[in-house]
Amino acid sequence: MSAKYETVIGLEVHAELRTKSKLFCSCSTKFGSEPNTQVCPICLGLPGTLPVLNKQAVEYAVEAGLALNCTIQKYSKFDRKNYFYPDLPKAFQNSQFDLPVALNGKVRIHVNGEDKELGITRIHLEEEAGKSVHSGDNILGSDYSSEDYNRGGIPLIEIVSEPDMRSPEEAYAYLVALKSILEYTEVSDCKMEEGSLRCDANVSLRPVGAEKFGTKVELKNLNSFRAVQKALEYEVQRQAQLLDAGETIIQETRHWDENTGKTHSMRSKEEAEDYRYFPEPDLGPLVIEQGWIDQIAARIPELPESKRRRFISEYGLPEYDADLISSSRKMAEFFEATVALFPDAKMVSNWLMGEFSRLLNVSGKELDQAAVTPELLAKLLQMLAKGTISGTVAKSVFEEVFATGKDPEAIVQEKGLAQISDTAELERIVQAIIAANPGSVTDFRNGKDKALGFLVGQVMKETKGRANPQLVNELLRKYLA
Amino acid sequence: MSLYQHTAHQLRDMLRRQETTAVEITESMLERIETIEPEVKAYLTTTPELARSMARVVDQRLKQGEALPDLAGIPMGLKDNMSTKGVRTTCSSKMLENYIPPFDSTVYQRLMQQMSPLLGKLNMDEFAMGTSTENSAFFTTANPRDLQRVPGGSSGGSAAAVAAGTAIFTLGSDTGGSIRQPAAFCGVVGLKPTYGLVSRYGVVAFASSMDQVGPLTKDVTDAALVLNAIAGSDPWDTTTAQRETLDYTAFLKPDVKGMRIGLPKEYFVEGVNPEIKDRINQTVQQLAAAGAEVVEISLPHTEYALAAYYIIAPAECSSNLARFDGVRYGYRSETAPDVVTMYKESRGEGFGAEVKRRILLGTYVLSADAYETYFVQAQKVRTLITTDFQEAFQKCDVIITPTTPTTAFQKGEKVHDPQALYLSDLLTTPANMAGLPAISVPCGFDQAGLPIGLQIMGPAFGEGQILRTAYMVEQLTETGGAAR
Ligand SMILES: [Zn+2]
Repeated sequence: MSAKYETVIGLEVHAELRTKSKLFCSCSTKFGSEPNTQVCPICLGLPGTLPVLNKQAVEYAVEAGLALNCTIQKYSKFDRKNYFYPDLPKAFQNSQFDLPVALNGKVRIHVNGEDKELGITRIHLEEEAGKSVHSGDNILGSDYSSEDYNRGGIPLIEIVSEPDMRSPEEAYAYLVALKSILEYTEVSDCKMEEGSLRCDANVSLRPVGAEKFGTKVELKNLNSFRAVQKALEYEVQRQAQLLDAGETIIQETRHWDENTGKTHSMRSKEEAEDYRYFPEPDLGPLVIEQGWIDQIAARIPELPESKRRRFISEYGLPEYDADLISSSRKMAEFFEATVALFPDAKMVSNWLMGEFSRLLNVSGKELDQAAVTPELLAKLLQMLAKGTISGTVAKSVFEEVFATGKDPEAIVQEKGLAQISDTAELERIVQAIIAANPGSVTDFRNGKDKALGFLVGQVMKETKGRANPQLVNELLRKYLA
Repeated sequence: MSLYQHTAHQLRDMLRRQETTAVEITESMLERIETIEPEVKAYLTTTPELARSMARVVDQRLKQGEALPDLAGIPMGLKDNMSTKGVRTTCSSKMLENYIPPFDSTVYQRLMQQMSPLLGKLNMDEFAMGTSTENSAFFTTANPRDLQRVPGGSSGGSAAAVAAGTAIFTLGSDTGGSIRQPAAFCGVVGLKPTYGLVSRYGVVAFASSMDQVGPLTKDVTDAALVLNAIAGSDPWDTTTAQRETLDYTAFLKPDVKGMRIGLPKEYFVEGVNPEIKDRINQTVQQLAAAGAEVVEISLPHTEYALAAYYIIAPAECSSNLARFDGVRYGYRSETAPDVVTMYKESRGEGFGAEVKRRILLGTYVLSADAYETYFVQAQKVRTLITTDFQEAFQKCDVIITPTTPTTAFQKGEKVHDPQALYLSDLLTTPANMAGLPAISVPCGFDQAGLPIGLQIMGPAFGEGQILRTAYMVEQLTETGGAAR
């Protein structure tokens, strides 16, 4: 992108709350059940039914508000957002229009070594719609559509940011920070793949130095944080090209197509629906007393930003490590539990960010689904630090511990994986390797240092990785000299 | 006297004295329905087997010497906007012609706890919108006092059944006068309780902030008995008030000494039939003679009430009725090629003219361009009206007015003049706007022999004092007891 324009981005994040029952009825919120098995007259909007507000949903919304440094509103209310769609049984969605539950929050992000505070405009509570499955591409292009109302009525919060982000990268960092805070407080599962976390983005450009915002475009169908970043990058370029060509930006909603990597127009501002918001007469105002807010505040755990700072000051972790480890509450807790038993914090963080994260990725497991515990990891690292096992062996032992939860000391003993530091035994092997590889020996003697690496590799292969690499190096140099 | 001609409290006493049985009472009602329903047409659906089986249970329990609730064995009917599990609930609309609810409304549940046999579901103006029951999609109910005249509305079937003796009591719903106006037209007692006293759960919503369920009965004592049964907070309706339970019959004493009766000049205006005004004034004088103190009061914003009501009620109804879209239940146009056309055709064909008129009005006043000038203004008027009443009740205990500007009009007389019909609500809508209790009690007849209704309004949760005043009116005018 040219340096002529400044990018302005604001995000709207929808997070389903982790309540057991729906916002206005006692139906379960469990994901993945048979269609229309978690419904009742209330969430089906049968005539005569009335909403009863779920207290837990209000508590989660307040907790999210507090964790995001918002001011909780002691008086808020619900409104009806009216529109027709088959997945909306009442033909209105209960939401909060002009008096939301939380206002004026902030989130800190770290991008390219810089700290930045981003504003949150508001958080409001609302209910989910059901889920439509169309036989074609969309409802008008289908022979038929099926409706599943299991999701209908699940509580969610919409978190609206200020237009404070200045690059797609910052938008990505904001989402990571937000998700991390929601996970820490456990108000939401934050599973984008199950739709429990969703994001729409608003983006505009303005000439560098200008105060007035440019015309904004809303982006939809952003199904992952990477998609948000990619769609924004595409959109920034598209808008810059239009502006360079002297054209104007149209205020509209655009759809991100993951396959083509492009956005296309869904509807213009003129086509935007009039939702005819008005106060929900079936629910009284939502009054939240200070005492209740205090109770909720008291159970908020230490949040990622505070953990991050502490990991740097207390354990001397580099910023990069502290960022990554603190972004997940489970990872951060695993880290601290391990460090309590094995105090080399940097080594622990290396293993968590390296092998552990790799295995989580490969297996598709959540951290708490892995069999390995902080005790087991600490034992393994101790053996490695003492030189009982080599780095290579440590990795393979860890794989087994990760999968089975077996004691690493037992594995090493059973499989005879302890490192060979016995000079006599290694001397015999080194001599055999030198004898078997005259070509490499000649190369090394002619000054080709790489040949040494090959010979070391051969020794390691012969010993199945158990040889002490330092000792092997010394012995090879001795016999080749 | 046949059994169907008695009041609920008379039948209760007869049952307790074993002078009759619940089965006999129910059979008398069913016979009466068979005889007179073809002329009156109050019922959309009758449920004789449900009624009989409940009556048999009552007799069995009575035989075992059990003490039963006041309404045990007293047959009743429900306005057809109250959900009854397994019994179709149509709201007198083609839209819900075949809709059978899978759950019960709270008011019906409470009457089942009383062991009151359900005779059937009663005709009404479609979705409770109207003042003559001529807006029913199925047929018009006749006023049992004069079969050529309307029974009023929207709870026209509920009022007509009580007047015709085809139910001992009924429930109606009142959003702008829909219990009191038909009660006045048919010469029965109709009570609209304070908003929040009776659960709305399971009652198909018209205007949620004003709808309230109440009894239509032959006399004031029955109104108190039925209110005892249905009043009280409900966990399924969070707009119900948490209050101590009262026995409303305890208020029924023929004693109004020292009671301050407010007469608001704004309710005795031009447009209200002079015969009705005279009759109300005479009754007030009788109350004064019995020891009540009469106070001239003013409710200065009354003239804006009707206009504001016809903004707020349609606004809420436009949203409440949006769910009838043909997707999950109710009428669906089968010819539509796509979902948008299906919405349009289903709603276009499923709703009657008056319902569509109000949906259009309501949709308009909520639209971005009209919201501030109409909806917000109307809410301000509503606040002013509420304040008017609060100030008035500093000076008086109850307010007495006519219930309606006219007595029952001819069928077809106003059917093409919606504005004239809206005027029927002139004197009743303010109580709904302010959420206050109001009762219509018969206080005599006009020259054509048609009943005149006297309206008594009270402060919030002042049901006791309006019932006592109504009881006294009943004693003074000797209008209580069975109709016809
Ligand atoms: Zn439900």
